[in-house]
Amino acid sequence: MSGTFLGMPPFPTAARAALADSQLRHNLAHATGTIRGKRAGVVAEVDDWEQLRLAGAAIKDNALRSLDETLLRLEESLQDNGVTVHWARDAAEACSIVASIARGHGVDEVVKVKSMATQEIGLNEALAEHGIAAWETDLAELIVQLGDDLPSHILVPAIHRNRAEIRELFRDKMGSVGMPAPEGLSDEPAELAAAARRHLREKFLRAKVAVSGANFAVADSGTLVVVESEGNGRMCLTLPEVLISVVGIEKVVPTWSDLDVFFQLLPRSSTGERMNPYTSTWSGVTPGDGPQEMHVVLLDNGRTRVLADEVGRQALRCIRCSACLNVCPVYERTGGHAYGSVYPGPIGAILNPLMKGVGEDAQTDSLPYASTLCGACFEVCPVRIDIPEVLVHLRSRVVDAHRSGPPSAEALAMRTAGWLFGDARRLAAAEGASRLASRLGRRVLPGGRRALGWLPWPGSLWTGARDLPAPPRRSFRNWWKDRR
Amino acid sequence: MSAREEILAAVRGALAGADRADTPVPRAYRDAPPPADVVGLFVERAADYRAHVVRCAEADVPAAVASALGGLTRVLVPPGFPYPLPIPVDAGESTAELDRVDAVVTTAALAIATTGTLVLDHTDGQGRRALTLLPDTHLCLVRTDRVVPDVPAAIAALDPRRPQTWISGPSATSDIELNRVEGVHGPRNLHILVVG
Ligand code: SF4
Repeated sequence: MSGTFLGMPPFPTAARAALADSQLRHNLAHATGTIRGKRAGVVAEVDDWEQLRLAGAAIKDNALRSLDETLLRLEESLQDNGVTVHWARDAAEACSIVASIARGHGVDEVVKVKSMATQEIGLNEALAEHGIAAWETDLAELIVQLGDDLPSHILVPAIHRNRAEIRELFRDKMGSVGMPAPEGLSDEPAELAAAARRHLREKFLRAKVAVSGANFAVADSGTLVVVESEGNGRMCLTLPEVLISVVGIEKVVPTWSDLDVFFQLLPRSSTGERMNPYTSTWSGVTPGDGPQEMHVVLLDNGRTRVLADEVGRQALRCIRCSACLNVCPVYERTGGHAYGSVYPGPIGAILNPLMKGVGEDAQTDSLPYASTLCGACFEVCPVRIDIPEVLVHLRSRVVDAHRSGPPSAEALAMRTAGWLFGDARRLAAAEGASRLASRLGRRVLPGGRRALGWLPWPGSLWTGARDLPAPPRRSFRNWWKDRR
Repeated sequence: MSAREEILAAVRGALAGADRADTPVPRAYRDAPPPADVVGLFVERAADYRAHVVRCAEADVPAAVASALGGLTRVLVPPGFPYPLPIPVDAGESTAELDRVDAVVTTAALAIATTGTLVLDHTDGQGRRALTLLPDTHLCLVRTDRVVPDVPAAIAALDPRRPQTWISGPSATSDIELNRVEGVHGPRNLHILVVG
């Protein structure tokens, strides 16, 4: 199972490094603040937004509740449209299907439309092992690829890079993989975009094989949909001779007319636009127009595991709009890398443990805790995924998975607290100790609240990632005794 | 077991015991009252995306096209283009040749007022998909009776069997510090002529 960036530390460790990077925090605060404002504006324009959310959730639920039948209908429609359908249980199987189609056409490169599914399965690395270069064509993905970097946002994967860094990358790296950046390139966004246009156009014009994902797959018509902004998607879907689309099995919607909900929900939630610049839909091969050979790879890779979780299965409704990232107070401060996966933010905090299972590795098990449970993600989610509910559910599953092993620090602390609170004398003694502690390492938090500094181990397990409010000088019990 | 059988079996296992009955989908959003001035709203919203939008009468199409194209010389129209213009017709040029074309003039299947969107379904007069993709300028003619109020009306009117391109303003990216930059890979100039 791929999907976790290799060697990622658990969330609190990774978050600490991210929090220390003030440039990153500045970029993130600016970016998420801007998108939040735009989204709020265009959502407010729609009178029946809540009704659209309910419709979106119901359509997805209906598709998922009969997923076996919906998938079979999709397969049949695709085949009727001249598309070859493949099924892949996991990442390795999906990658080898794509590689063998590409090799069958004797190519050593493919062009790619930004797709979460192909990132999740590590397709680029797998193709490289077969001697096939996969060129990312989305501007942000190009920035990430040239920088040999990791994406940090679903929609704006290079949200952590500023314009000066991007200019450096273009100047230093473009030439080694194709058309170099022009002499004297400035850090003006328009100039940088023009450099990317020139660099990639050469690749679009010569590519024989393209790889895409799909935002939606319509069961009754066999239609695939790609929603984008730059036109790189249109290039990949139109110019090459062969098109391979890797589609998660949860992307299926029952009918064409259901798209009238999602074409309203998705652009307003993701980029905060009434409509994104380009949406392409296609139902198989069109003679004389576009690729004449088409493949669809239907991907499981943990999705049926999510489906089996009664509370968690709502996560499969996700349309990857990234609204939940932009409103999340944790994401806004740590950025996407700390989540260690292509799915960061609130949705990543539930999707990764659901897809991979809990109790296997510390990184995945740490994700359900990467939240304050403030509920902002649920409020903005266009398909009403109750992320806080799933987070709490997953926390209990993580605790259950560790019951047999040595107790965690948290479990120990809770047991100790139970023991203290169970006896008046023990509690009085503890209160004395806490008065003492309140004189140690005190500091003032924003807003004037007082907090303890870092406590020595084992208290450091708590204070390492949180502020511990300073205990009052007097306990309530003490004060009550004096009043009587 | 094949991957297909195994995935379907896993789906059935995951749903064993689940209630399979459909949830009713609320559809009242389809009955939203249309805006008072559908064409006016389309013009305003399309211009919001920094498309160049001009309204003209049927008889003035040739003059309006000429003025929108300015001095561009290498221009094509698709087969079946309904207006007699002194512009050569696309004869299946190669992609390399299309890449050297300055501008293309087409019609659209319909336009959507609330979102300022053009939809091409690439039938007669709209051309194959590459034709409206590679040239840097796209001039699209849409008749006022082809402007529908909203997305549900558009979806209801369109045939999913046709490939479609929904266009809302010129190609754009916000990938660099969220600054909107017009024109990455698609046409950098989008002109819309609302006819009638
Ligand atoms: S969980 Fe909801 S808000 Fe978050 S990316 Fe998915 S659809 Fe968007």
